[in-house]
Amino acid sequence: MALQLNESLQNVVDGLSESFTDELIDVYQSSGDTFVRIIADANVEICRYLKEEHHFIYLVDVFGTDRFTSQDRFEVIYNLVSLRDQQRLFVKVWLPEENPEIESVTDVWASANWYERQTYDMFGIQFTNHPDFRRIYMPEDFEYFPMRKEFPLLGIPGSIPLPSSTPDTK
Amino acid sequence: MGLESALGDGYMTSKVDSLVNWARSNAAWPMPMGLACCAIEMMAFAGPKYDASRFGSEVMRFSPRQSDVMIVAGWVNYKMAHAIRRIWDQMPDPKWCIAMGACASTGGMHRCYGVVQGCDNFLPVDAYVSGCPPRPDALLHALMKIQDKIRTEHSVKLDT
Amino acid sequence: MATKKVTDRVTPTFFKEHQEKLYQALEDKHTTIEILEDKDPLSTEMILNMGPQHPATHGVLRLALQLNGEMIEKAKVDVGYLHRGVEKIAENKTYQEFMPYTDRMDYLSPYSNNVALCTAVEKIANVEVPERAHYIRMIGCELARISSHLLWLGTLVMDAGAVSFFIWTFREREKLYDIFDQMTGHRFTVSHARIGGVANDITDTAMAMIKDFANEFPQELTDWHGLLDRNRIFFDRNEGVGVLKTEEALEKGAAGPTLRGSGFAYDMRKISPYARYDEVEFEVPTRLEGDNLARYYVRMEEMHESIRIIKQCLDKLPKGPVRTDNAKQAYPSKDEVYYSMEGMIHDFMMTDTGICPPEGAEAYHAVEAPKGELGYFIQSDGTGHPWRLKIKAPSFANIQILEHILDGEMIADTVVIIGGVDPVMGECDK
Repeated sequence: MALQLNESLQNVVDGLSESFTDELIDVYQSSGDTFVRIIADANVEICRYLKEEHHFIYLVDVFGTDRFTSQDRFEVIYNLVSLRDQQRLFVKVWLPEENPEIESVTDVWASANWYERQTYDMFGIQFTNHPDFRRIYMPEDFEYFPMRKEFPLLGIPGSIPLPSSTPDTK
Repeated sequence: MGLESALGDGYMTSKVDSLVNWARSNAAWPMPMGLACCAIEMMAFAGPKYDASRFGSEVMRFSPRQSDVMIVAGWVNYKMAHAIRRIWDQMPDPKWCIAMGACASTGGMHRCYGVVQGCDNFLPVDAYVSGCPPRPDALLHALMKIQDKIRTEHSVKLDT
Repeated sequence: MATKKVTDRVTPTFFKEHQEKLYQALEDKHTTIEILEDKDPLSTEMILNMGPQHPATHGVLRLALQLNGEMIEKAKVDVGYLHRGVEKIAENKTYQEFMPYTDRMDYLSPYSNNVALCTAVEKIANVEVPERAHYIRMIGCELARISSHLLWLGTLVMDAGAVSFFIWTFREREKLYDIFDQMTGHRFTVSHARIGGVANDITDTAMAMIKDFANEFPQELTDWHGLLDRNRIFFDRNEGVGVLKTEEALEKGAAGPTLRGSGFAYDMRKISPYARYDEVEFEVPTRLEGDNLARYYVRMEEMHESIRIIKQCLDKLPKGPVRTDNAKQAYPSKDEVYYSMEGMIHDFMMTDTGICPPEGAEAYHAVEAPKGELGYFIQSDGTGHPWRLKIKAPSFANIQILEHILDGEMIADTVVIIGGVDPVMGECDK
């Protein structure tokens, strides 16, 4: 599939393939958006390179997906915007099902803090070196990860307590 | 009391009752538990077009100790349910509760793990308002139903 | 047994004798005061919980503030009190069935959320939208922007102290509700936009109402400018309060008017225009100071620009259908459904299966909601239900920077800062 990239994105892809030939797995486009897949260990390096060399200074979103395949079940996607060139780029990482761990990019962009907490809360992906690693939506004692495909939509009865329907007598 | 037996059984207390109930129903200060979109309609219900203060709900008292009616407006999360229950327990008697909107009544369109399917799972609700969100007129109707409920209460207890 | 007195270890700095006598009285009452550090316990730190239910926080936002006297040393935000699991619900519904859920996310301007979902699905499934629908969507989005900013203004000024402003802005909002009612059938959670167009055409009554509103509203705005722009109290409460420096704004991930108030003219309508925004003229107001007052000016000017866009759209509104004709992509019109067999079958298929984007396709599309960049990332598996729908909510990003801008502020300014950043919890806690 031939990629139709405009000039600035072509620069980015060329730069990535030169500097990170081993770590870059795939570059593809879907519905006009450009996706770059890299290996999990290089995410901080590549993000720093993209921020400093290609001016992707705005991290819009970090989120996870459950691909529900036996190999590389989870993926983490970074949504980056370069204001100078007005371009958007998606950087993807695939993670295995047992022990999905990836290093946090909060050193590169401080805004990744809450996004990574949300990804952990929903999927259970561990972000190492995160400054404030805890759940964000569900309470801390919740034992499951809601967005995984095997978690039922209606929840697991008893997994989160309800207050009593009688007043506590004091 | 001699007066009691002269005027008939319970005449004094029922007259005092109706006075007290009339006063109470026309001064039902709401405690808005405005959580989500229904809170916006509740603000409109307190706003200039559908004025709630002409029904006596003059001030939206955000302190539970100073209010009579709690209006649960919006879907109730499991995490938030504990906070709501604590606030309900702090409200002094007599108190009433309006479950505003489909989400507060039964969980509404949100049939999922995060939403309590109806705030009557942990609160004693007196009036349910349907709608998503209900028009402010519907909420006024619920307020009038609560007023009717207040008027038929027995406020003064008989000793004998 | 010589008991250690508090006053042996600690020297109060403020009303020394008074504090010492107080400690003395406490200890005479057989209490022991635990001191963890050698600081005067009566005049230093306290952790204040501004709980999830509070009249001034916009929705259910919980703040844990570590106070040093009146100053906030550290602020931590606890969200999740309105979390539903909307993204999980999305995996079980067709794209059109998901439309009402989008309304309830940023519930102050529901039209923008509808358009956001529609444009994202139209991008992934390659649906063409007729011209008239684009202009109707633009009018709806701008009216929703005005509605959201009106509520922001009313609550900000009410939190700053002037309660009657709330009543005035709500009077204007009621006019907007009447317009939406006439146009779409519902006051505010409209679900008007459909994939492939809009649900129904604007009637002449609705057009007349929009024209009247667009003509009368600028005068209201001027009146409010006259009241607030030179108001000593409003200035003192907002100037220099909640400063988000330009160097930090992008790094910490701000969005929308919060980002524009700190100097970045980042507006999705200009960067990647959708729905014919490239054919209308408008400006993106930006300010450099980054304080609450800057955000106030940005939003007021955005309301002026919205009226300008609405007037241009009303002039340019072309004639034509309001929804695409393709049966696999959009609902047929009600006439066809009631009076022809194919129409009914198409309606049934659209409700049952819905639009099916190609398998393995991924797309992201963002619109400029009043709060910032609202984006939908859709991964499709070829069926009518999305495999993954991720919603990028601007309020999530804005509440994250609340932790940074609250450090060092006075506690009395907390409410005004939250009002200035204008988060919507339904969007933040999806």
